[in-house]
Amino acid sequence: MAKVPVQFTLNGSENAEFIESGTTLLNALRDKIGDTSPKGGCHQGTCGACSVIIDGELKLSCLTLAETCNGADIKTTAGLAEGGVLHPLQRAFLDAFATQCGFCTPGMIMAAKVLLDRTPNPSREDVVDALSGNICRCTGYEPIIQAVLVAARANSRTAA
Amino acid sequence: MELRKDYFADVRKDGLNEIGQPRPRLDSPGHVTGKTAYFADRNFPGMLHLKMVRSPHHHARIRSIDTSEAEKHPGVVRVLTAKDVPHNIYTILILIQVGPEDETVLADGKVRWKGEAVVAVLAETERAAQEAAAKVKVDYEVLPAVFDMEEALKPGAPLVNEYHGQNYYLYDSGECRKVRFGDVEAGFAQADHILEQSYQSSPIEHAPTETTGCVVAPEGNDRFTCYTNTQAMFFTLDNASIILQMPGSKLHFVGGTVGGGFGGKVDVIVEPIAILGAKLTGRPVSFVYSREEEMQISSPRAAEKVVIKDGVMKDGRIVARKVTGYTDAGAYSRHSPYGAQKGAAHYPGPYTIPNVWIDTYCVYTNRTPSSAMRGFGVTIGDFALEVQMDKLARLIGMDPLEFRFINAYRDGDMKAHRQPTEGAALIECMQEASRAANWPVAEKYMAMSSYRKGA
Repeated sequence: MAKVPVQFTLNGSENAEFIESGTTLLNALRDKIGDTSPKGGCHQGTCGACSVIIDGELKLSCLTLAETCNGADIKTTAGLAEGGVLHPLQRAFLDAFATQCGFCTPGMIMAAKVLLDRTPNPSREDVVDALSGNICRCTGYEPIIQAVLVAARANSRTAA
Repeated sequence: MELRKDYFADVRKDGLNEIGQPRPRLDSPGHVTGKTAYFADRNFPGMLHLKMVRSPHHHARIRSIDTSEAEKHPGVVRVLTAKDVPHNIYTILILIQVGPEDETVLADGKVRWKGEAVVAVLAETERAAQEAAAKVKVDYEVLPAVFDMEEALKPGAPLVNEYHGQNYYLYDSGECRKVRFGDVEAGFAQADHILEQSYQSSPIEHAPTETTGCVVAPEGNDRFTCYTNTQAMFFTLDNASIILQMPGSKLHFVGGTVGGGFGGKVDVIVEPIAILGAKLTGRPVSFVYSREEEMQISSPRAAEKVVIKDGVMKDGRIVARKVTGYTDAGAYSRHSPYGAQKGAAHYPGPYTIPNVWIDTYCVYTNRTPSSAMRGFGVTIGDFALEVQMDKLARLIGMDPLEFRFINAYRDGDMKAHRQPTEGAALIECMQEASRAANWPVAEKYMAMSSYRKGA
């Protein structure tokens, strides 16, 4: 099958790969580049476990063709901690017991990051809305919602 | 809420180091950084993808299987049928002598539920495996099927599983698990009121976010490493060893990291065939359920039917309880004979009843095999029992919580299956619940204890 070149920035690093046309960004990240932080829960755009940030927008990598990402700036949960220091969202997910099996966690954190980047002081309704595309089967969501609100408060303290 | 030291004084010590302290989960740092390694995060050069050809019929004889077109499909490396599996017939609980072996790894001459695995296709890519699977030709003779437990138990019903010979699991106690305690008919004769009700549930899918699967890598030393999300590591290892006729020392299982299980990943389903594929091709193999397979193929919680007949006195005492429970195993046993047996032990509920009669049946139908899920065998039973308790309280015009105080089991009471009650704490729990829910009960119930003082 014909291969196509694709080049993008992943968590600040340049990546160039030859991929089969039609490869999803999820498979390119996981199988080609080796960033397995986005998870494949449904491969049909319904669970949110594969969520990544492309040019500042929350995207489902299982429904995004890798070849459409040329020149894009892509961020995943694997690149969120800086210099070994956890991002406030990661810290809050830890402290608030917002993870159980952990499979939905990277996608949840991506969705929450896009929310906080745009809305630093979200209401509970904002958080629920922002996470509504991400399925968690373990926690019942409440600890996750609390973690995002805690992270938002930590952020605003840092800013102030 | 306070720990009831009056009740737990001799069993719970003060000054515990861990209990009551918040402790970070050991696995959370991996989860929040995306570093936790699930089975599907293992990728090996040259890895093959396995896709299953499945039965479109609920019950059918297989006249012939033609894999020639599939084998010619570009990218296909190997096609497996029943004859390739060293010991093709198995049952998970054979490890604890709960037989007979009643399920095929790949269908051999017959399918007994819609979705049953018939042919496995191994190819270079997922897409090639999927396309080739569509080219496998299976000629079926469709047979009559049965989907309802009571229909399945009637004489002349289609026989679901020849390895059992009848549509129920044959326990050493006969056609069902039985509990006999006191004289239930004498209890009904004495009762002021009798209430008989029937409760039913449908199968329930666990729906974990990570679908069932495994990745198998052949090692250079004739061993196979199987990365799996099974919840039952040693069941799977030992059953794989039996199915593959391979000593356990040749199998290295790596797991423990499960992206949601809820009991849905205790069956031995993907590992043996993936290991066989790796053995016969010499290549790593990935076998991962699609979301559709997870919903349609993986075993759900069993459908159940529970018929409860209670005899109750005007003063609130339940004097007789007769329960008939039916567990729909689907086409194969898996964990259901055990689930139905758990029900038999559980059905009196946490209540002391002098006359009890329980029959629980594990029934075979042409439905998706059911298996474990969160308290299977008792969860649906508890729903039925507690709804029944509310109905009984209403029948005699009594507060539902006070009604439960009257019947609650207490330390030293003999349970229907002849285990004496110890550490019940039910009275104390209900007292706390009464306070917490602001649902007051009469003072005499608040003065009760699970200890029968002076008795």
